Amino acid sequence: MLDVQERPAAGAVEAPAWHRKDLLDTDVLSRAEVELVMETADAMLEVRSRPVGKVATLRGATVVTLFYEQSTRTRASFEVAAKAMGADVVNLTASGSSVEKGESLIDTVRTLEAIGADLLVMRHGKSGAPYLAARHTKAGVINGGDGTHAHPTQALLDLYTMRRHLGGLEGKRVVIVGDVLHSRVARSNIWTLLTAGADVTLCGPATLLPRTLASAGGEHGRVTLTANLDEAMADADVVMALRIQKERQATGLIPSLREYINVYQVNAARAAKAKPGALIMHPGPMNEGIEIAPDIAHGVDSVIEEQVANGVAVRMAVLYLMATARTK
Amino acid sequence: MTDLLIVGGRLIDPANGLDAQLDVLLRDGRVSAVGKSLSASDSVRYDATGCIVTPGFVDLHAHLREPGFEQKGTIATETLAALRGGFTTICAMPNTVPAPDSAPVVAALLERIARDARVRVFAIGAVTRGRDGKALASLSEAAEAGCVAFSDDGSPVADGQLMRNALALLGALGLPLSEHSDDPVLNAGGVMNEGRVSERLGLPGQPAAAEVAAIARNLALAEATGGRLHVAHITTARGLELVAEAKARGLHVTCEVTPSHLFLTEDAVFGSGPEAAYDTNAKINPPLRTEADRLALIRGINDGIIDAIATDHAPHAREDKLCEFDHAAPGIACFETAAGTLLTQVARGELDLGRVVAALTVGPARAWKLDARVAGLGTLSPGAPGDIVILDPARRWTVDTATFATKGKNTPLQGSELLGGVRAVITGGVLRHELEVAHG
Repeated sequence: MLDVQERPAAGAVEAPAWHRKDLLDTDVLSRAEVELVMETADAMLEVRSRPVGKVATLRGATVVTLFYEQSTRTRASFEVAAKAMGADVVNLTASGSSVEKGESLIDTVRTLEAIGADLLVMRHGKSGAPYLAARHTKAGVINGGDGTHAHPTQALLDLYTMRRHLGGLEGKRVVIVGDVLHSRVARSNIWTLLTAGADVTLCGPATLLPRTLASAGGEHGRVTLTANLDEAMADADVVMALRIQKERQATGLIPSLREYINVYQVNAARAAKAKPGALIMHPGPMNEGIEIAPDIAHGVDSVIEEQVANGVAVRMAVLYLMATARTK
Repeated sequence: MTDLLIVGGRLIDPANGLDAQLDVLLRDGRVSAVGKSLSASDSVRYDATGCIVTPGFVDLHAHLREPGFEQKGTIATETLAALRGGFTTICAMPNTVPAPDSAPVVAALLERIARDARVRVFAIGAVTRGRDGKALASLSEAAEAGCVAFSDDGSPVADGQLMRNALALLGALGLPLSEHSDDPVLNAGGVMNEGRVSERLGLPGQPAAAEVAAIARNLALAEATGGRLHVAHITTARGLELVAEAKARGLHVTCEVTPSHLFLTEDAVFGSGPEAAYDTNAKINPPLRTEADRLALIRGINDGIIDAIATDHAPHAREDKLCEFDHAAPGIACFETAAGTLLTQVARGELDLGRVVAALTVGPARAWKLDARVAGLGTLSPGAPGDIVILDPARRWTVDTATFATKGKNTPLQGSELLGGVRAVITGGVLRHELEVAHG
């Protein structure tokens, strides 16, 4: 059984109020829960800044990463995060495991539970697959990205990165540019940003905008949709470019990548329309020269590499909170 | 055979304009008389006080799964479920393997039906060979063998030329073509209604426009050929407007709606809460639509534009639904909940009881001229089949799939409280099913 032997940065994290078995999306998270993740991530960032950068908080816990889709940074980030707290980590991919032999998702997660997995980090190509998994295992399930639905830890690390630069998000304007319709990153970001009180502008070709999300605004922030990037950039505090999949051209959703670049690439001229010093973000992996110009991706206002670094701290926070909840 | 006298109930027989406290006498398996305070010597009396007495329900759209998919359902299991749901006449969709696309296959199917079925079953033939949408099936031979209508079921006849030819040939035979009106290109990859819920859950959507466009095409082809188009399970407000307009212009067009689309919306995919989202039991094709669509369909029943309530009963095995939403088989097993949801909606004041009974009985019987095959089908006229449903509008019950006769436990209604349901079912003048409840 999991034994939390050491609390990181004692005193920094007071009595965690995390009760969730699973983290499937950000849409269910309260402001207090998001705050708890942010505060815990602060403590984890402090751990990461030490010469050794490790604690034994999750010693005895088994974290399984179960990836049905390719990933470099998310899987590596979770693995580093879990190991930085002393957890045992098992990495499984759809190729090279019994998944290929047609073993169903439910059988797989039950098997992993039986061999002692405490937490399952799961990525899957089909929206909602982690929900199915979570309903059929006692292990905690962390959604590491499902289809075109959600990517909650990415949204939390994005929020964390924004807060470190902007302080609070209340009243701030965040522009998300690109294939919003098929973006799990955009969707999960919308919920955390609204909860934090930001206004979100979704911008992209009309074929790639989820029109009904315009009504998603809540008591704090609101969501607006526009196909006009120049308009969207005005007074933006944060500009987040999304990866554009080349298949979108083949399926006719955009006429051509050239046209997409002309109209929707985040470049210097467009960035100049945002507030001075507006943060430039990208969830990765980037197609430099397509959705984002290289000089902007690596420019002074870019926090793209910092997103990756913060990702480890935020995932440590999530793993810690979820593992702790399991011992209660 | 002993006479059966059903007394004390509220008798609703839309074909004869009856809705009153009347008795009905069944003799030699047929309706003998309907009237006030009937009596008959040597008859068995059934006290239907407090209940609604209607003709047996006629279902234009059901999936029995046999032959080919016996793990999902068989003629024996699914017709028992139909019986318990009040459906005493059903039309079996041709998505079986083999598909009934020629006289020998139809004959073999009808043999199995004659052996195993618990209710009257008509066969629907395939429009194209193997339902592959490429070449026409042996339509006139299959008709000769007994098919009452034709359909490729869940596979729309995408090729407009093929559809035109099928409508023309079947029109000449006076037989309806029941079409799942959808544009497969617009729908490609879609697994639920495109809109608020699909965009929230990141699921590929099936736009309402795909159904509307297909209905418009099919109506134009029906008009051009004089064919008899039956729009299967209509789900969109705009599609229904097109059908209403075509009817007003005198086209041979009829349509049906399912109890699921009258009762549920796309929100059912959210399940019972955030962690229960992606309820595969709410996956159905065509998909559950918006509340505005649902209300339009309800109006379509209440104003009589929709001819029939058809179940689209679609039993699936457990593993067909216990998987990712994209991979789940579409369909809801609803023989045994249809009367319950409809009566619940009557109790809520949404649906008009007389119209509902008409759409379950004489409406479908006339839409496909089934009453020309079985005199009086869907009515309580003298000489009509002794098929009766006795409904208890006061019965409060909770849907429990463990009690289902169907092999399909796939319903998003599990655990739902319903008001009203089937109490007893009579076919051929004999009480075949009675709910075990305390009387008096």
